[in-house]
Amino acid sequence: MQANAESKSELNINDKIAKSKNQSTTIRGLKLLLQSKTGTIGFIIVICVVLVAIFAGVLAPHDPALNNLTATLKPPAWLDGGSWNYVLGTDNLGRDVLSRIIVGTRVSLLVGVFSVVLAGLIGLIIGIVAGYYGGIVDNILMRLVDSFLAIPSILFILVVLAVFEPSLLVLIIVIGLTNWVTYARIVRGEVLSIKEREYVKASKSIGTKSSEIMLVHVLPNIVSSFIVISALSVATTIILEASLSFLGLGIQPPDVSWGAMLTDGRNYLATNWWLATFPGLAITITVLGIIFLGDWLRDVLDPKTQVNQKGGAK
Amino acid sequence: MSVVEVKEKTNNYLLQIEGLKKHFPVSTTIFGKTKQTLKAVDGIDLYLKKGETLGIVGESGCGKSTTGNTILRLIEPTEGKIIFEGEDLVKLSKKKMQEIRKDIQMIFQDPFSSLNPRMKVFDIIAEPLRTHGVAKGKGLEDMVYELIETVGLDRSLAKRFPHEFSGGQRQRIGIARAIALKPKLIICDEPVSALDVSIQAQILNLLLDLQRKFDLTFIFIGHGIPAVKYISDRIAVMYMGEVVEMTTKEKLFSETKHPYTKGLISAVPIPDPKLRDKTERVIIENDIPDQLNLPEGCRFYSRCPFGTERCKVEKPKLNEISNEHYVACHYPLN
Repeated sequence: MQANAESKSELNINDKIAKSKNQSTTIRGLKLLLQSKTGTIGFIIVICVVLVAIFAGVLAPHDPALNNLTATLKPPAWLDGGSWNYVLGTDNLGRDVLSRIIVGTRVSLLVGVFSVVLAGLIGLIIGIVAGYYGGIVDNILMRLVDSFLAIPSILFILVVLAVFEPSLLVLIIVIGLTNWVTYARIVRGEVLSIKEREYVKASKSIGTKSSEIMLVHVLPNIVSSFIVISALSVATTIILEASLSFLGLGIQPPDVSWGAMLTDGRNYLATNWWLATFPGLAITITVLGIIFLGDWLRDVLDPKTQVNQKGGAK
Repeated sequence: MSVVEVKEKTNNYLLQIEGLKKHFPVSTTIFGKTKQTLKAVDGIDLYLKKGETLGIVGESGCGKSTTGNTILRLIEPTEGKIIFEGEDLVKLSKKKMQEIRKDIQMIFQDPFSSLNPRMKVFDIIAEPLRTHGVAKGKGLEDMVYELIETVGLDRSLAKRFPHEFSGGQRQRIGIARAIALKPKLIICDEPVSALDVSIQAQILNLLLDLQRKFDLTFIFIGHGIPAVKYISDRIAVMYMGEVVEMTTKEKLFSETKHPYTKGLISAVPIPDPKLRDKTERVIIENDIPDQLNLPEGCRFYSRCPFGTERCKVEKPKLNEISNEHYVACHYPLN
């Protein structure tokens, strides 16, 4: 009887804590967003970047591919010799840097996000299957991953791009196909630890199908680390696209990407720093925004994060 | 206990285990040949009557949890028979085994890792019902709420996540999940050893209530003698992968026959100092022998205060020395 009373009081305490929590996921997510400063900043940055990408045609003050040989290598407006016509200056062919950054958002964002999505999906599936089944399946898949890792990714991409015409779609696919191995490795490691948890054993003992266990028990529990890696690798992907442009295999002119701009600006770094600096800043800000947003998303997906009435996530 | 004897008694047995072995390969040669094996469970015989609770005790690493896992084939046995309601589970196909899982459920040791942290209580308890297609929609909801109340929780807690509960409450959720399919047999794998003593009593009482209510049969695995003594009808004592003594609870404590059992019982602290001084104790010394190189004779020889030359070379068999009292010892205590 005494024991019963004790458990009742336990319930009451929990009642009080949880009163505030019977709300929908959307509302909880938004509250968490407002609570975290970095989350809010990340959210605003990403929304802005996406809007810029969508409305690039309207926002760009000049045609990004238009040469103006009378106004080459103009510095940004606030420096000597700059004009407000070209706010962030012009490049060696007299093209407006600001317009090129605005239009370049499209390619960089598309390549960055979609190749990460593609790589993530492949890596996630292979990693979960390898980790969960173990044994021979694991061995075969991981040796496949190893052999992929053994080939220098640039070499692989070069070969593919030599065969196919470099286009946005081909770039996304080829970058996705080279990057999945990292995901597969990390996901497999996580799965190895999660499949030993007792709730997976419990589910097995109930008689749940393997596919369902992977989907319901394993996947949700690796999602947070997965999101963190994905956010980080958007950055490396944008840079990878840049290095491909440098080799002449990335986005082809007259299309423009941040990476290509970085590469072009490299030669002028000592004399005309704005050519490489502004696209570099664009990459930095975007990546930072995505990482912040990723952190927030991770918090939302973790039921342990509580909405704090006084503000500030716990 | 010989196989013949077991077969004669088959009728009222829910579960019979014959010569169950589980050997884990520890190291292999480069050609994939097994060099060393760990004999976690090494030929045990157990039987379980309908509606009773069989306790399995023994120190860490004696194979009691492995035995539990093998019954559900969460670990495939190396050898032996597991006869559940006349069917040998070892021989069943995977598909048929999934069907049988409805009748055998498990309660786990660690209530903090046995519940998926990303699932709500409702979904955790509904999982077995959904998996076996027992109920859907409103019917499912009613069943889950009823289960939550059966284990002594409030139905308003259904939409919460596991981290919002205490250890005892989490164990209740685990129990609700185990009884959801109205199983015949529940394997309790040290269900109270991770809980506070005050909560342990609650959970044990809950298990006893449920047993009466739903006519359940339990295998209760534990290393704490008091908990096992409280809940079990019969107790099997395991040592290094073997059953060394098995009998009714009363006999095990009043007519202890195996020196190891005596040692285990002596190790339980007695609160009353006067009583403690009067009690005759058997102290087990030394460590357990190397599990990879098991001794030829009695496995308890190196630690047994009464061991003789015979024990060193000849392995004692599990014999029925009086009604339902099985002991594996050349020189049972009086």
